[in-house]
Amino acid sequence: MEFGPYLMLAALEGAVTAAVLALMAAGLSLVFGVMRVVNVAHGEFYMLGAVLAFVVAGMAGGGALGFVAALVAVPLIVGALAVAADVTVLKRVGYDPERTIVATIGILYILQQVTLMGYGPDARPVAAPFNQRIALPWVEWGAGGPSLYWPWGLSITSYKLFVIGAAVVVLALLWILMTRTRIGLVMRATQLDRETAQAFGIPVERVYALVFGLGAGLAALAGVLIVPIQQAHYLMGGDALLLSFIVVIIGGLGSLPGTLIAALLIGLSDGILSVFFSPTLAKIVATLLVALVLVFRPQGLMGKPAR
Amino acid sequence: MSDPTKPGATPADPPRRAALKTLAGAGTAAAALPLWARYTHAQSAAPIRVGFQMHATGIGAAYGRWYDRTTQAAARVINAAGGINGRPLEIVTEDDGTDPRRGAEVVEKFANQHRVDVAFGTLFSHVVIGSAPRAGELKLPYFVVSEGHHVASGMLNRWTLQPGITDVKSQVLAMAPFVAETLGRKVTMIFPDYAFGHDHRDFFSEAIAAQGGEVIAKLAIPPTETSFTRYFPRIPRETEVIYHVMVGPAVLTFVKEMGEFFGPSRPAIFGFIDSLEAVDLRSPGLEFLEGSYFWEGMPRYIQPDQTGFDRHFRAEVGIDENGASVRDPRDVSTYAHMFGCWETLHVIKRGMEAAGYAGPQDRQKLVEAVEAMTDMPESNEHPQGAKLFNGRTHQVFGQQHVSRLENGRLDVVRTVPLEETFYPDEVDYTTRPF
Repeated sequence: MEFGPYLMLAALEGAVTAAVLALMAAGLSLVFGVMRVVNVAHGEFYMLGAVLAFVVAGMAGGGALGFVAALVAVPLIVGALAVAADVTVLKRVGYDPERTIVATIGILYILQQVTLMGYGPDARPVAAPFNQRIALPWVEWGAGGPSLYWPWGLSITSYKLFVIGAAVVVLALLWILMTRTRIGLVMRATQLDRETAQAFGIPVERVYALVFGLGAGLAALAGVLIVPIQQAHYLMGGDALLLSFIVVIIGGLGSLPGTLIAALLIGLSDGILSVFFSPTLAKIVATLLVALVLVFRPQGLMGKPAR
Repeated sequence: MSDPTKPGATPADPPRRAALKTLAGAGTAAAALPLWARYTHAQSAAPIRVGFQMHATGIGAAYGRWYDRTTQAAARVINAAGGINGRPLEIVTEDDGTDPRRGAEVVEKFANQHRVDVAFGTLFSHVVIGSAPRAGELKLPYFVVSEGHHVASGMLNRWTLQPGITDVKSQVLAMAPFVAETLGRKVTMIFPDYAFGHDHRDFFSEAIAAQGGEVIAKLAIPPTETSFTRYFPRIPRETEVIYHVMVGPAVLTFVKEMGEFFGPSRPAIFGFIDSLEAVDLRSPGLEFLEGSYFWEGMPRYIQPDQTGFDRHFRAEVGIDENGASVRDPRDVSTYAHMFGCWETLHVIKRGMEAAGYAGPQDRQKLVEAVEAMTDMPESNEHPQGAKLFNGRTHQVFGQQHVSRLENGRLDVVRTVPLEETFYPDEVDYTTRPF
């Protein structure tokens, strides 16, 4: 394939990765920002989103209707589950940083193994509601000036475009929620200073439960969106968790714009490097970026230094 | 928790307390028995224990599920016919997670804890390569159902045998003439990046060159990969044939993304059915495969010339005319591979009978008895077809099929007889010490 179309295909693939990654990492970053909890089980909420999408879509009779049902119901189910986990586990350990890490590792294994026991070790597909292949043209400079042609393989599907669009919309809504609504104000107040917020009558524990549920719901939404492209599998949370951590560390823990920038950076570099060189090199570069950020800008690209 | 020693049980560790109780009970009972009673008991009635190394989890799970069902069905059939040397056959299942390190541990557990007579059933080549050396050290006969060339290449040891399924080298030798004559001579290969895929890469490249063709690009993809579009731009434009073989949980994604990549202007496509084992060929997104060709070890869909042996095999394992479970038509089997478990268990039975196998002290005799085997006629024991076993290389040979995908089902268009799948021996295991 020629260089131009090749690069465009890589960028499109990278944009899909970036979209899903941004949703997931936004959830992880939100939980860390407000609660100061490093949620190691975040990848499993993503996996649960994909697995439950398969279940819900099946119950709703499959097809476009099944997918829409999954898109609406699954983030709510997973969010409720996360709220329950917060109330029964994280609250009990007092949101202590070390103990929450161990507790969320426990949640990770429970979710993963329960899925293995109930859903099994197979990867299963969910049909996309629509999935037209859109061939993309490329400009060629021939003897008679520029002309359009359709290179072999340069294409995207309408569903992949939908994933990118959906991620943009959801992230915009999240930003509005955080900056323009009362509940967002309460969350930011809790993030800034937990004790003062409590002194002003903010029900901090309820805010924590809500934030944990919202974070997990975002991961689950990413899982529902990806499952028509990839398939639902009980081990899919591992890689996703690693990449989200990379994004959150580069972007700055707790910063939504930073997360978005880092997701674009990692998603596009992953797409382009893995198309031109190898997917292994893309992982190496992402990890190297994390190391560089940790050394030279430990608070991340957009994070504020710890006070 | 279930008892893992019972056929049909899911693989799990026995609860420790129960195990201790059993051990203590057995010890007391054994001490109370007079010597002769212990001796005759072991000789006559104790079951023959076959350790089944199952890919219950990990990237091989779909195969593991069907290897298990086939193995249990074969054990049931053997026991209904009187067992082995008058003793019942018992399958002891352990999950290896499709992981080489865990595989070696499972083999060790079979030998030292479960005290099985033989180990059996491993498919994924990296697990075989990780486990076989340990089986050799423990002097435990290890019957693999793997397709990898690592047995016949001489890489493994005298205790490792593959008498129930053909190897990749003979399969691609059988396929290369068809690809070159019918589909094209400029081939791009897409294969999983581990031992099994490397066998395809190396031996198909040789085989197609011998037919006047050429492999113009080789795309190695990690078997745990979940996203594939980014690999496809490396397919050169002059490609006439795509040769694909893929494994792992994401095979359906792989094939779908290949379809999306090519759109309406695809080259000819030849695949090993591995790329779509346990996948319904009518899944959305696979329409572009219409008219493409697949290798099949054993035809998934019932063919007009179906043998009575295939009918018997399907009935016993519980497979319908489309190669899916009779209980759930969406649960598609790994039909092109799983006959290997059935046939291997029958080879173990025949070997034990020929060796007068009475217990672990006769393990060497068992290996020698299997090495002495040659012809395996098509029968209920060998439903895939007649086979020829090469005792020197520990590898069996058999017929291969090319099938064409039409109207969402596969029909055999060419059957390559087993004589056309031979290659010169690369090893003589019988000269190696035990």
